[in-house]
Amino acid sequence: MEYNGSAVVAMVGKNCVAIATDKRLGQRALTVDMGFEKVAPVTDNIYIGLAGLATDVMTLHDRFRMRVNLYKHREERTIEPKTFSNMVSHMLYERRFGPYFVEPVIAGLEKNGQPFICSMDLIGCINYADDFVVAGTAADNLFGMCESLWEPDLGPEELFETVSQAMLNAVDRDSMSGWGAVVHILTPEGVITRELKGRMD
Amino acid sequence: MTPLIEPNTGFKFDNVKRNQLLSDKGYMTPTATKTGTTIVGLLYKDGVVLGADTRATSGPIVADKNCRKIHYLAPNMYCCGAGTAADTDYTTNMVGSQLALHALNTGREARVVTAMTKLKQYLFRYQGHVGAALILGGVDVTGPHLFTIHPHGSTDKLPYVTMGSGSLNAMSVFESSWRPNLTRDEAVEM
Repeated sequence: MEYNGSAVVAMVGKNCVAIATDKRLGQRALTVDMGFEKVAPVTDNIYIGLAGLATDVMTLHDRFRMRVNLYKHREERTIEPKTFSNMVSHMLYERRFGPYFVEPVIAGLEKNGQPFICSMDLIGCINYADDFVVAGTAADNLFGMCESLWEPDLGPEELFETVSQAMLNAVDRDSMSGWGAVVHILTPEGVITRELKGRMD
Repeated sequence: MTPLIEPNTGFKFDNVKRNQLLSDKGYMTPTATKTGTTIVGLLYKDGVVLGADTRATSGPIVADKNCRKIHYLAPNMYCCGAGTAADTDYTTNMVGSQLALHALNTGREARVVTAMTKLKQYLFRYQGHVGAALILGGVDVTGPHLFTIHPHGSTDKLPYVTMGSGSLNAMSVFESSWRPNLTRDEAVEM
């Protein structure tokens, strides 16, 4: 888990969710890429962030995309966040005895506008939360930042500030993550994506 | 025509060789969420009381402050789970669905011993690698029953049981206070 380095966090606000990722891709101490975002859209209303071994992050993003497209063809509707999180959990538990080295973080809005976040361990044990979830090498730091900064019912702009401060300060105390960050705010009106200016080291 | 996705039943072992190679090269494999748990069960006059804490840990960090450790198996049976969290979730889910089918096939309410047998045979088959330590309790036509099931597949039928890292602490309470024919309120209190 500590080969490539990562930091992913998702937070719940009032009728909105935020998900953020750092941009570093490393090979132990060497930084190889400063534009490796670990968060990708799944549907218009669901984003998934994968922290951990980069090769598994890339492989799983592709596999999830395929499964979601197949779901859309078979069900003739887009997948909901809770259903998607169960699908991810299932795909990870299938490899119980030879797992993918990733820790997913899922953020989305349900059909009725209700915010949804969850995280999982590498074998698919889902942890639903109504405040925040964290993953990656900076997870412990993110836990500390979120626990102190988060409060319920933050609007989209306030949530953005909270997530940004949590992310920036957490990755500054972790040598394996950082080199910039990206935040996505999901609201019923659409997704707002912003790049954060942070320490490039 | 080959299917787009391979059938979704059972475990896949594709990554085992690669993961072994990675750990030989010094890659630290991440830890799965463990429950770090105290789960308890006790028989009282007409039934069973099950209890569990709500903390899930990832190493020394608390991953989930409020997780559910009492899993539904059947309308008349619940199962507390300690050990590897994903294993307890999936094992109880799987046996729960098998029990529902069994109940439909037999036309009868599922019995606690049926669930116990399904669970122990599954866990023994995996020789302890599925890290699920369970306390199964329920009431059926034969009365109230309480079992513990260990990850290797051994079971015990007892009037009061505790499992998990906090089991000794909980057992000390039971050993000093439990007696047969408790009322429901006394059992819940204990």
